Amino acid sequence: MRCLIGSGQNDVEKTLKDKGFTRRDFMKLCATVSAAMAADASFTPAAVAAALTAKRPPVVWLQFAECTGCTESILRTVDPPIADVLFDVISLDYHETIMQCAGEAIEEVLEKTIHDYAGKFVLVCEGGIPTKDGGIYGKVGGKTMLSIVKDVYPKAAATICIGTCSCFGGVQKAKPNPTGAKSVPEALGTTKNIINIAGCPPNPINFIGAVVHYITKGVPELDSNLRPKLFFGETVHDKCPRLKHFEAGEFAKSFDDVTAKKGYCLYELGCKGPDTYNNCSSALFNQVSFPIQAGHPCIGCSEPDFWDKMSPFYETA
Amino acid sequence: MAGCKPKTMPVTPVGNYSGKVVIDPINRIEGHLRIEVEVENGRVKNAWSSSQLFRGLELILKGRDPRDAKHFTQRACGVCTHVHALASTRMVENAVGVDKKIPPLGTAMRNLLLGSQFLHDHIVHFYHLHALDWVDVVNALSANPKKAADLANGAGLGHRKHTEAELKAVQDRLKKFVEGGQLGIFANAYFLKPHAAYKLPAELNLLATAHYLEALKLQILPSRMMAIIGGKNPHTQALYEGGITSYDAITKDKFKLFKDLYKQTMDFVTNTYVPDVLAVAPYYLDWGGIGGTTNFLTCGEFPSDEGDINSRYLPAGAIYKRDIANVKAFDPMKVAEHVKYSWYENGPSLNPFKGETKPKYTDMDHMTTANTGKYSWMKAPRYDNLATEVGPLAQTLVAFAKGHKETVGLVSLVLKHLGVGAEALFSTLGRTAARCIQTVVIGKEMQNWIDNVDKMLAKGDTNLLAKWEMPDSAQGVGFVDAPRGMLSHWINIKGKKIENIQLVVPSTWNLGPRDDKGVLGPVEEALIGTPVFDPKRPVEVLRTVHSYDPCIACGVHIIDPKTNEVYKFKVC
Ligand code: SF4
Repeated sequence: MRCLIGSGQNDVEKTLKDKGFTRRDFMKLCATVSAAMAADASFTPAAVAAALTAKRPPVVWLQFAECTGCTESILRTVDPPIADVLFDVISLDYHETIMQCAGEAIEEVLEKTIHDYAGKFVLVCEGGIPTKDGGIYGKVGGKTMLSIVKDVYPKAAATICIGTCSCFGGVQKAKPNPTGAKSVPEALGTTKNIINIAGCPPNPINFIGAVVHYITKGVPELDSNLRPKLFFGETVHDKCPRLKHFEAGEFAKSFDDVTAKKGYCLYELGCKGPDTYNNCSSALFNQVSFPIQAGHPCIGCSEPDFWDKMSPFYETA
Repeated sequence: MAGCKPKTMPVTPVGNYSGKVVIDPINRIEGHLRIEVEVENGRVKNAWSSSQLFRGLELILKGRDPRDAKHFTQRACGVCTHVHALASTRMVENAVGVDKKIPPLGTAMRNLLLGSQFLHDHIVHFYHLHALDWVDVVNALSANPKKAADLANGAGLGHRKHTEAELKAVQDRLKKFVEGGQLGIFANAYFLKPHAAYKLPAELNLLATAHYLEALKLQILPSRMMAIIGGKNPHTQALYEGGITSYDAITKDKFKLFKDLYKQTMDFVTNTYVPDVLAVAPYYLDWGGIGGTTNFLTCGEFPSDEGDINSRYLPAGAIYKRDIANVKAFDPMKVAEHVKYSWYENGPSLNPFKGETKPKYTDMDHMTTANTGKYSWMKAPRYDNLATEVGPLAQTLVAFAKGHKETVGLVSLVLKHLGVGAEALFSTLGRTAARCIQTVVIGKEMQNWIDNVDKMLAKGDTNLLAKWEMPDSAQGVGFVDAPRGMLSHWINIKGKKIENIQLVVPSTWNLGPRDDKGVLGPVEEALIGTPVFDPKRPVEVLRTVHSYDPCIACGVHIIDPKTNEVYKFKVC
């Protein structure tokens, strides 16, 4: 792949350098984004460079009924490392997990950011929204999560739901859903300007890719569950390294026996890969593995209501 | 070591404020926590820790396949990911009786996976969740990069070699960031205007800030170690009752990659994390007398035999009233949960196998005035009726008291460096130092597990799992001493399904509310006496709260209202 940097585009190169990006970093980022967006051939290094040289878009990251696994997932981004993303790609103006200040001071930051950047900031939502009994099961700064999301969402330019909890309600929505948890789109009653990056957790590459796409080309094409087709266009099964065994009828019978040791297909042990739209098998997690590679069946974590619809996890669908 | 210690004993300033301070939300933690303190003449006089989220995971699990529990419970927390999956797996293994049959290779790989989690979690906690309570990033801008490099190179604390150029580059990058006006994560930071509670010289601030950034990249390595064995991080997906499924991780190339990442991570631990703790601590030595509690508990960790809690590399035990000469044996039947101050219907304190309650939310305005109201979604777990701290400090104290060789060596080294006695361990500083000590102890022992795996693989052993069958009914419990402390999952199985399940998690031990007798929870106790210089920027309160590495989403649960039977259960 030819990269813009060093090919006569001196301004771009200089700006990137000023932002602390070396040529090597840049090449890595290009490779990462293009790999994740294999389906979009028009996505060039020039577009990535444009994203990096723009003024960093303000990002407000709100956490609701969640486990912080999605934040953690983003912090594990291998290429580009998270330090570069935080300092050079976006301006993370509100995020409780990593900001220095707390309490009133942090609330002030939130109010100021959504005011100063009204209509311009990207809202990232992590977690489902408890709605039963007026939403008392989840509060931040004395306000219910339900009222917070309703207040902030209309002021954002776009909203990215990160993780299955905000996209589809998540684990707290599983039956009998004791807190009346809903997805962010459900709680808001709208899907307008919302992108779902599903997964429990999602692959950070899909999030970074969506952000870069949004900065440079706007909202990517979405499927009926609001997931970008670039990342969620194929099933885990479609690119699974065990597919050859599936096709040859070679199925692992038990986790402890020779069929498992040989790496046979995990379908009969409960694998939900054929029903799960996500790019785990090609993008990999932590750029090294994914559950099926580690010998465990897919549990379908990027699908709506998978906690109920895909379980029991060790039985075939 | 000249030049890296203050000349006089540091004193954190005490303000003259009297009144209430509410911090909601508490930042740099997992989950939603509200801390309220009453300050009198600049010192905390009373404290309330309140969890602000209820999810009902235990209710959701009723009637499901016991093997599915690990996937649900792991979603209790994505920061201390994996440990809930392990506790649930051990819980079912204990119930079905396969815990004694797990192949040695399976146990070793599970220990390496959990060990990697400790390396990851403690590094991230120190640098990204805790350091900004002690390190003034803005002040780092006025440092002399050459002096900062000299300080690292000449302090004799074991820092890797630093150059003026690398520290200048960090400073320049930071300058651009601040001057660019988009402050991002440092917006409204307590140190944007000088704060008298921050004590480090500018050069040390610069060094620590450089390591904050370095650690952001470094932490990716142990997360990849976890992904090699566990399939991904966060939320590993390779445990299965009887062992672990990751045959991929024991292939030659993958295990080599694991070892390479391990080596790089341990290099950072020994040449950056440990020296940083030793360099920073002398400037905050008075915190060796602030933030302590009284009772401590650990279930031990890293078994050689999953069916025997006494086979754990780090020992189990309890310490009452700071009496380290007299460590008590760990007895799970002494665990009970209280609800008088929690948002549940009142009832007697109960062992987790019997417990129940219905949610009952009230407003919390009257908290400070009457001291009678309910104020948290967490229950108050008690051990032998005592408020008990769990976590790295508890584990380190028990190991130290029991003469665990590696722990004793490191604790002694740290105490000597600081010129303080063992009593200083009972503090916020002690908690933060213990986390670092624990990282080294576990990290070093991982080399032995790696060597064992290599030996087994060389012999052609590839057995990671044992066979078992689900009985119609059974009870079991799984204990994990997680990075945040003792975690236990308790199950009753009936008709091959989950009849009742309960999680008693580290953060309810540490951050739970008052108990039925009105005795404060550990973090509440620890906060009493804390100085508060500026009530608008209460960084001192954050120091002690963060020293527990709070993790709140997992601390909230509901117990099945229908089971009131007393069950007998086997303790592994
Ligand atoms: S392991 Fe799962 S995803 Fe892979 S081929 Fe088999 S069924 Fe498909």
